[in-house]
Amino acid sequence: MTEQTALPDAPGTGVAGAKPDAAVVRDALGVGVAVGLSGFAFGVTSAGSGLGLAQTCALSLLVFTGASQFALVGALAAGGNPLTAAAGAFFLGVRNAFYGLRLSQLLALPRAVRPFAAQWVIDETTAVALTQPTRRGVRIGFTVTGLTLYVLWNLTTLLGALGAEAIGDTDAWGLDAAGPAVFLALLAPMLKNTTERAVAALAVLLGLGLLPVLPAGVPVLVAALAAPLVLWARGRRAGGAEAAAGRGAAEGENER
Amino acid sequence: MTVWIAIGVTAVGCYAVKLLGLLVPAGALERPLVRRLAALLPVALLAALTAQQTFADGRELVLDARAAGVAAAAVALLLRAPFLLVVAAAVVVTAGVRAMGG
Repeated sequence: MTEQTALPDAPGTGVAGAKPDAAVVRDALGVGVAVGLSGFAFGVTSAGSGLGLAQTCALSLLVFTGASQFALVGALAAGGNPLTAAAGAFFLGVRNAFYGLRLSQLLALPRAVRPFAAQWVIDETTAVALTQPTRRGVRIGFTVTGLTLYVLWNLTTLLGALGAEAIGDTDAWGLDAAGPAVFLALLAPMLKNTTERAVAALAVLLGLGLLPVLPAGVPVLVAALAAPLVLWARGRRAGGAEAAAGRGAAEGENER
Repeated sequence: MTVWIAIGVTAVGCYAVKLLGLLVPAGALERPLVRRLAALLPVALLAALTAQQTFADGRELVLDARAAGVAAAAVALLLRAPFLLVVAAAVVVTAGVRAMGG
């Protein structure tokens, strides 16, 4: 199995797809600006759910992981117990631990820097960082995406909360489709081989199928089991044949 | 006050899991299987989140204007449109379908 994490430190060292810093910055700004602007939708939704201006802004500043923020204000608006509401948001945030697991290999940050970098470990920064071919690119992508997104997300949250009354029904503006479109755009470049597609398909089935029967936030966590399940199934099908090792390696190389 | 408690618990919990991922010792990740798994987990989570935010209304599954919007985003992605355009397509199509009473 080829390791995606064995990155060269400098660009242009024979890696197919090595790209200039400006291209990395452009990618990062594209994601940072687009998602950062969608903080407006959060500000509007949160204010519409009855949270105060300070509470709405505190969520974006301190929680800074969109799905959890939306989940929390939704649960609170529905009259949920604060701890149950927080638990749902927390379960959604657990995926960031897996992103951190992956990012810590790619970023190779000094220990002292990690507590500061941690707040930016989210879907978007991970997606941008993972698609960069070099360590330098990974670091630039993570930092530019994180900074752009943090500044804009908080600014637009404030504006959204202030403008909530002016805009009225946010769903009428289609803003509730921004979230899934963002997730889809992040997911698409990761679906390069059959293993990844199988994982995505199974995760969709689990996420939707379990939605009506499990508490909010839990189906997504169960859907994460699609990853080990598919790996296990593929391992079994290979049946320990020697050929399997070769095929796995070839597939790993396709990922970049 | 209860809202502030919920915000505080969520903020601390979400920061803790972010930091945990970065602090797990590198030695634990040397095995190929763990790395392979860490690479596939975001795929599973993003796929599930996309599907849920498109089709979920609370704990029910519905087919509404969002599906048209996300389908438009998928087409934009296939055409290799830039990120902003992909999201804009979803928002505009969703709003358009709703405006037509969809």
